[in-house]
Amino acid sequence: MTDLASDVIGIIAKKKRVEKPAVELSDRLEDLGLESLDAVEMIFDLEEKFDIQIPYNANTNNPRTEFETVGDVVNAIEKLVAKKKS
Amino acid sequence: MSDAHRVVITGLGAVTPLGNAVSIYWHKLKAGASGLGTITQVQGREELNQKIAGEVKDFDPLKYFQERDLSTLDRFSQFAIVAAREAIAQAGLVFDRPLSLRTATIIGTGVGGQTTLDDAFRRLYFERKSRLFPLSIPKMMANAPASQISMQHGLRGPAFVVASACASATHAIGLAFHMVRSGTIDCAVTGGTEATVTFGTLRGWEAMRVMAPDACRPFSIDRKGLILGEGAAVFVLEPLEKARARGAQILGEIAGFGMTADAADLTAPDIDGMSRAMEGALADAKLTPQDIQYVNAHGTGTAANDETETKALHRVFGDHARKLAISSTKSMVGHALGAAGALELAATVMAVKEDIVPPTIGYLGLDPACDLDYVPNEARKMRVDAAISNSFAFGGLNAVLAVKKFA
Repeated sequence: MTDLASDVIGIIAKKKRVEKPAVELSDRLEDLGLESLDAVEMIFDLEEKFDIQIPYNANTNNPRTEFETVGDVVNAIEKLVAKKKS
Repeated sequence: MSDAHRVVITGLGAVTPLGNAVSIYWHKLKAGASGLGTITQVQGREELNQKIAGEVKDFDPLKYFQERDLSTLDRFSQFAIVAAREAIAQAGLVFDRPLSLRTATIIGTGVGGQTTLDDAFRRLYFERKSRLFPLSIPKMMANAPASQISMQHGLRGPAFVVASACASATHAIGLAFHMVRSGTIDCAVTGGTEATVTFGTLRGWEAMRVMAPDACRPFSIDRKGLILGEGAAVFVLEPLEKARARGAQILGEIAGFGMTADAADLTAPDIDGMSRAMEGALADAKLTPQDIQYVNAHGTGTAANDETETKALHRVFGDHARKLAISSTKSMVGHALGAAGALELAATVMAVKEDIVPPTIGYLGLDPACDLDYVPNEARKMRVDAAISNSFAFGGLNAVLAVKKFA
């Protein structure tokens, strides 16, 4: 696993609301019990960690439908980080 | 109910993104005008992602205050004082010593003097100055508007500020109403004020990701969130008996007040808490759901509030919900947080007085989750004998006022 992936997993793991020893790339966000404000806080942590901007409006974006798994979030962050570097 | 225990409004004043007097505010609400627009008065606005707010415009403090007094008057106190002057002038009251001792000043505000706080922090952390302006503390303290109004008019009874975020003004007015009704006081100067269209506050709301980038479209399909507003509205409340005895003009009657706590989530709205507050206001007013024609909704324009409020209206009003005219005047002035309930009660009182319901502007079409009559885009001429004004705050604190036509 890349450093980026383990950083993202660490951020998501802080917000999960279910008892689970480790968060994995294949975990579905829905199964981690994340609520709407958890997403807002996670996005803040991700933006701070990777110095990126993640467009997100809690009224119109639903992370549970846009990102099914933790791996999907990792992929999206990888793209944003790559875009920043280019 | 005896005239001593009926509470009437004899004065009303407002400073709003639509204009700085009640007559202008009401005229523009009826016209469906928008007070929202590009932010023009916030220092550092070019750095903000959020470009739109409901700012109070053409408000020159020197038109209302001596320059030497401004060192103690944050923008939120200025709004409150100007609105109170208009309300007290309209009521035509002279606060001689006996009346002044029995007059309360109860004002709602969400967060206090944010302009002063922002300026102070900029000075300390950005400009690295070592000194703050000497009166920064009493200028920004949350109770400043109540203190300033009481000082200006010599009101010597109970005076304090109520803070319950977006329900602050409704809680303040509701408490004042109950104190007048019980005979604890003979008069109340009450309302709400807020001036939080500031750099720090906008950044805070940006971080919550709930603001719309363009327009506030309560209850509409494709709504994208709230827009911040600011302003103040102030009411003079008196027992009907005393208002009649002095031949005062009566604008309307406050009939009931309900308040509840969700005791659930800090930010998510709750059908149960909302419903119980509306039911409480109706019961306190001895009104049935069928007696109500108009609801001035909390209607923030967020996905969650508008859907939840609609469900709560269904629960409280049953089949009658479909007959209600419901509108959110936040579509025109934005969300003035601690002042919102006062601005909205002013709109409600005028709707009941003039039999005209202000619209919900920016409405694009039906959201299946919001399936009631939101008076889209155009005001409606209709008989309104009784109405409620809803305020539902972060923290799960709900407050609802019921208003009756005075007859």
